[in-house]
Amino acid sequence: MFAKKTIDETTWDELEEALIGADFGPDVTEQVVDGLREQVQRYGTTDPADLKRMLRETLEERLSKLDSTLKLSARPAVVLMVGVNGVGKTTTIGKFAKFLRNYDRTVVVGAADTFRAAAVEQVATWAERAGARIVRPQQPGQDPASVAFQTVELAMREGVEIVLIDTAGRLQTKSGLMDELGKIKRVVEKQTEIAEVLLVLDATTGQNGLAQAQAFIEHAGVTGLVLTKLDGSARGGFVLAVQEQTGIPIKLVGQGEAIGDLTGFTPHVFVQNLIG
Amino acid sequence: MATFGTLSDRLAETFKNLRNKGKLSPADVDATVREIRRALLDADVAFDVVKAFTGKVRDRALGDEVNKALNPAQQVVQIVNEELVEILGGQQRRLEFAKNPPTVIMLAGLQGAGKTTLAGKLAKWLAKDGHTPLLVACDLQRPNAVQQLQVVGEQAGAAVFAPEPGNGVGDPVKVAKQAIKFAKDKVYDTVIVDTAGRLGVDADMMKQAANIRKAIDPDEVLFVIDAMIGQDAVATAKAFQAGVDFTGVVLSKLDGDARGGAALSVASVTGRPIMFASTGETLDAFEPFHPDRMASRILDLGDILSLIEQAQQAFDEDEARAVAEKFATDSFTLDDFLKQMQQLRKMGSIKGMLGMLPGAKGMREQLENFDEREIVRTEAIIQSMTPQERALPKLLNGSRRLRIARGSGMTVTDVNQLVQRFEQASKMMKTVAKGGVPQVPGMGPIPGASYGGKKAPAKKKGSKAGNPAKRAAQNAALASGAKPAGSAAGGSGSGFGLGGGAPAGDKAPSAEEMASLQKFLGRG
Repeated sequence: MFAKKTIDETTWDELEEALIGADFGPDVTEQVVDGLREQVQRYGTTDPADLKRMLRETLEERLSKLDSTLKLSARPAVVLMVGVNGVGKTTTIGKFAKFLRNYDRTVVVGAADTFRAAAVEQVATWAERAGARIVRPQQPGQDPASVAFQTVELAMREGVEIVLIDTAGRLQTKSGLMDELGKIKRVVEKQTEIAEVLLVLDATTGQNGLAQAQAFIEHAGVTGLVLTKLDGSARGGFVLAVQEQTGIPIKLVGQGEAIGDLTGFTPHVFVQNLIG
Repeated sequence: MATFGTLSDRLAETFKNLRNKGKLSPADVDATVREIRRALLDADVAFDVVKAFTGKVRDRALGDEVNKALNPAQQVVQIVNEELVEILGGQQRRLEFAKNPPTVIMLAGLQGAGKTTLAGKLAKWLAKDGHTPLLVACDLQRPNAVQQLQVVGEQAGAAVFAPEPGNGVGDPVKVAKQAIKFAKDKVYDTVIVDTAGRLGVDADMMKQAANIRKAIDPDEVLFVIDAMIGQDAVATAKAFQAGVDFTGVVLSKLDGDARGGAALSVASVTGRPIMFASTGETLDAFEPFHPDRMASRILDLGDILSLIEQAQQAFDEDEARAVAEKFATDSFTLDDFLKQMQQLRKMGSIKGMLGMLPGAKGMREQLENFDEREIVRTEAIIQSMTPQERALPKLLNGSRRLRIARGSGMTVTDVNQLVQRFEQASKMMKTVAKGGVPQVPGMGPIPGASYGGKKAPAKKKGSKAGNPAKRAAQNAALASGAKPAGSAAGGSGSGFGLGGGAPAGDKAPSAEEMASLQKFLGRG
């Protein structure tokens, strides 16, 4: 649509299709398209290249409103990783541990997913690859809160700088599991403040992403979002609505299954990849 | 507890003032189709699929014969539902087993879709059915995927073939080939091959999947897709279809609250049957896919659609008006009562119908215990009465009751109970007809919008539910939409109410409806 000679009705249709296709959702799409229509009319824009620029600027501006830096200055800095099943929490922990190790920080990982088959072994493999320590449950099915506690305890006792706690995936509709998350948080907060609660969101998620975020914020006090699997064909547009409606910033982006495939969130880069 | 979902609310708004039932002008249809389009996009149905789908609905709506029992919004929604079910379920079939074992099932999908857990569920389900499944660990790349399958296999009570440690070591294609040979040697009759999650855009990984498939020539390739996936469902499904091709689809994590529009997208675009639904993390959370339930979920209307459908089949407007008049003028006889019950039976399974009403989910226990044969017995008794007796129950003395009992194969006690219940029912009907809230013993204050789970005490299997006559009568009133005198069925034509009489924007069944439902199911 941006390669055409003029801006006409089909341009707007195509724009709508593109934004919906990127999972921005009907509401945000309507806002963006209406806003751009108004701008185009006001400035008498005729060149689709200008429209493209305006779109990029609109999205960048909206995505830049929040501070995307991770707050890891506390010692130990405790990071809790939460999210629904299969989004990439454990892999992100592996990547993040490696990232921190690259800066010479000491890291200990808490294997607090004591439910899913071989979850402990999985995160232990990642910890090993990253050069981080690991605290495993002492018995199978151990209360995740107690594993988290033990991990923080070790960090405090031995001066480990960063604590990364893996938790089991849970659908936000399961109130018992959401309560469990609240408990893990409370138990750790008795020892020290939690630096970040990162909600991991899969870029392929559709409009349910907003519901996920809202539920996790309510039960776990999320401080940042991680958007994963952006190396696929999904664009993750729903995060705009999530950021705006929850005020929680996107802080990390995952783009692959390898240990190095983690970056911070840069609105400019995100939008560039979206629009091209 | 989404009963009247947001689509329903919006439609209620659109048609608040519409009076003419039956007439479907393009303007009416377009307004509704716009709302449907919005609802489908909100439900994550793919853009192009929505476009094609709403186009078809619009054509049908304008071309179809007009339905006098429903207003335009209802008619369009009914068409939408039919079309949805057709696409979602049109190709549906069961798992196909090979003539010569082993039956080979390959699983494929994106990372985190739930393939490994599904493998365990399939194994457990097949084993329960008398099969001997073998799980094969062909995800040799994700950390500890092999171990995960081994744990899952143990939980499912199924053997696992995992000659390679994984974590980057081993060739999945080789392992798959070896597994088939192993299964034949050791006489396993089904082989379930778990593979690594992969992106549709990852050409190398898609090639690997194709190679695995070529190596084992599976009888089924199941594409596992997460119910919460958004617009990417189409690109991914197409990529998998082109790259490895699949014979069936499994929708996972349906225990969440994602609307699951991806189901429509994938079914639409690939034409492959959605065979199973994965509904939880335990190995038992696995069931055949239900297209009608999925259609409802995507549209977010609860099961109100079915109720409309059935209401329209069993009642025409005149009938409903006549019934309302009867109630209003206080002349409800056993004959009327019989007619009502016959209407009810025409409507199909009462249990099914009750299950569809808002709030019914909380009453599952009572629904389980309800005995439909009560209606048949009641009918038999009334049919043994003379027309005079039906008109004037006061005539029923001892000898008449004995005759009736004999004639219907019941006992005099049964007849006595029926008459008593009928009298209570007609009293209640009069109260409702006059606009009051019936006194329901034991209910206490009836909350308008919340379905407090007032449960009946647990019943023994096969025990008779009490007061079938009363419940039948109340339910007949409920179903015909007969409301307190002054808003006879078919009059208001407003909103998107139950059967035709509820005021626009009514989000919950009225207190009377709840009362009658509760009475219907509890001990009288």
